[in-house]
Amino acid sequence: MDFNDTPEEAAFRTKAYAWLSANAKLRDPNEYVDMLGEREDDAAIQAAKDWQSKKYDEGWAVLTWPKEFGGQGLGRMENVIWNQEDAKFATPTNIYTIGHGMLGPTIMAHGTPEQQKRYIPNMARGQEVWCQLFSEPAAGSDLAGLRSTAVRDGDEWVLNGQKIWSTGAHYCDWGMVVVRTDPNVVKHAGLTYFIVDMRSPGVEVRPIKQINGGSAFNEVFFTDVRVPAENRLGAEGDGWSVSLTTLMNERVAIGAGAGAGRFKDLLRLARQSRMNGKPAIEDSAVRQKLASIYIRSKGLQYTGMRTLSALSQGATPGPEGSIGKAVGGPLAQEIASFAIEMQGAAGGLLDEGSTPMEGMWQNAYLSSPGMRIAGGTDEILRNIIAERVLRMPPEMRVDKKIAFRDVPTGPPGS
Amino acid sequence: MNFDFSEDQKLVQKTARDYLDEQSGLDVCRAVLESGKPYDTDLWKGIAEMGWLGVAVDEVHGGAGMGYLELVLIAEEVGRALAPIPFASSVYLCTEAIQRFGSPEQQKKYLPRLAAGEVIGTGAFFEGPGDLDASTIELKLQDGKLDGEKWPVPDGDVAGLAVALAQDGQGRLSMVLVDLEGDGVTKTSLGSIDPSRSQAKLRFEAAPAEVLGEAGHGWDQTEALLDRAALLLAFEQIGGAERALEITKEQTMGRYAFGRPVASFQAIKHRMADLYCAIEIARSNAYYGAYALSNDLAEELAVAAPSARSAASDAFDLAGQEMIQFHGGVGFTWEYDCHLFYRRAKALSVALGSPAAWREKLVARLEAREAQ
Repeated sequence: MDFNDTPEEAAFRTKAYAWLSANAKLRDPNEYVDMLGEREDDAAIQAAKDWQSKKYDEGWAVLTWPKEFGGQGLGRMENVIWNQEDAKFATPTNIYTIGHGMLGPTIMAHGTPEQQKRYIPNMARGQEVWCQLFSEPAAGSDLAGLRSTAVRDGDEWVLNGQKIWSTGAHYCDWGMVVVRTDPNVVKHAGLTYFIVDMRSPGVEVRPIKQINGGSAFNEVFFTDVRVPAENRLGAEGDGWSVSLTTLMNERVAIGAGAGAGRFKDLLRLARQSRMNGKPAIEDSAVRQKLASIYIRSKGLQYTGMRTLSALSQGATPGPEGSIGKAVGGPLAQEIASFAIEMQGAAGGLLDEGSTPMEGMWQNAYLSSPGMRIAGGTDEILRNIIAERVLRMPPEMRVDKKIAFRDVPTGPPGS
Repeated sequence: MNFDFSEDQKLVQKTARDYLDEQSGLDVCRAVLESGKPYDTDLWKGIAEMGWLGVAVDEVHGGAGMGYLELVLIAEEVGRALAPIPFASSVYLCTEAIQRFGSPEQQKKYLPRLAAGEVIGTGAFFEGPGDLDASTIELKLQDGKLDGEKWPVPDGDVAGLAVALAQDGQGRLSMVLVDLEGDGVTKTSLGSIDPSRSQAKLRFEAAPAEVLGEAGHGWDQTEALLDRAALLLAFEQIGGAERALEITKEQTMGRYAFGRPVASFQAIKHRMADLYCAIEIARSNAYYGAYALSNDLAEELAVAAPSARSAASDAFDLAGQEMIQFHGGVGFTWEYDCHLFYRRAKALSVALGSPAAWREKLVARLEAREAQ
């Protein structure tokens, strides 16, 4: 058991830091980063693309991808080290998390050689940006209940329907979409996976305004969008198993380290605030809560390190990774809520110049509900832990043995 | 970085589990609980022969000379088996105190006997209800003699040697070693919510005692000792919690209600998932503590031990409570084993002071660390 870098890891860290410091400025460590925040403008997207191609040209992009796909063939540990060092620098927004983390690996696993040759290099170099088009208004946790359709017409497919919660769809060149191609079979069997040119006629992207005022997500409407047959990924009707490849990689991408890391700020706030006639830090209820938050935050951080140790020794990412989000999501909300309460009446303000600590806790409070929903709700994560880690029986399903068209639905718009 | 135990260490753990599966089924725990015996003597002899009492003791003192990463894994297995033996008292409290603070002579005199299981050790710190407080210790040390009372003392009725905290009349606290078979010591067994483990009151009347460590440094030494013991006990709690979860899961899988396994209801599954998360959070904190302990990183341990202790207490408590709840009515019967876990969980959660006291300790230390 050793928390220190191995000599090889230390050497890689030094090399990564050296390259970053030669090419970027150090980040202000006190800066608050809202993960579900601002919508990127054109300049930010261009900066992100320039940065990615520079990284690619100098050997610092898609580190874990195999070399044959333009990656560096490095392990997860090196990737984590890179991310740790990268976090110290004010680098452009990463608009490639979904493409590089989830969609690229899906094309590598299920794409034809032609598809891999066409899409992977541009994805790696960042010249083409990708989004995921999975969730629908009526299909969130029950993703396989999706209702968008594709109907074959000669050597094209015609797509119709609506997708939602697509991060970055407004600046993306390509989308990965899963749609229903056969409503006459059970729901999981009638799905097919496609690559869609986001600039095709009939694709309309509309921003969603979130409760925190940001617009990181979009709705995407398809109206008679024509997709060439060669853009199908995997076989017709295999859409669900292809999607699982994407989603498995999502847990790895999202799971790491949510919720932790704000403890110092919380302690600082407890020193600054007054409660019950004394500094909040002297109030025993506050102290008990601080301890409880610290223990869970650290527990998550160390759990992540245990997972990483297992992965770096060759284990495959498993459902155990769900714990990071299952605990981290609600914890982030609890921390923000507690911090606002420590500020008393002023905790209710979100006013530039008047709110304590520049409103970071208020903003966190307004963002945190999204963290408990995106990428698997608290409830779905608990199902995953119970069913796939503890091996308890799956949910009873009323839609299991019937054709999708006969599955009961709620009234329109619900 | 490699945040995992080595293959050799995992083998030590597997050997311990196999041995306890064979020798310490829940019927062994139940037998002690029902008989009023203080502990299972055969099991105690057996684990002494296995060398577990001296896992982290130097070979020159009769130990196995392994280390704390091995000891924590054995602790987890002892906890998992709900083993009815004075392992924690003798190893985490007494042996650790002598290893950490004893003079070469004291180590030479006591460690071989403790490591061989010839004498049972314990720690006598508390003086009645409430958490430990440096300003209220009454046990008096004068001219090498002890006067006063300590209770509850785990395994105090069967221990032959105790490490204790005493004051000299001028507010100076010292850690002492006292022979419980010697003059001036009266042992009285106390009833317990967990009769599979024994508790006692010790009364000292001019009982001869020797200072352990440095006179006047008793409080700091006690804090350091309890940190180590807290971490080791956290591993026992994690072992117990995980076993409770496993048994509870099997019960819900086999029990049908409304035409389906009870385990298929989300009301059960989600709470089982929460229990799993609580155990994993405790486990990760405890692993970090084990790393700190085995590398002698005192400042890290000062934060990691109360974290692990608090998380493991929460997890085992929750496991014991959910275990009975998910078994339904039978969980409340004497015949089913749920109460063995429920009792042990609560008893362990307060064994070294209240969970709230450990959380307070954690925050105080975090503040001190921030101020540096």
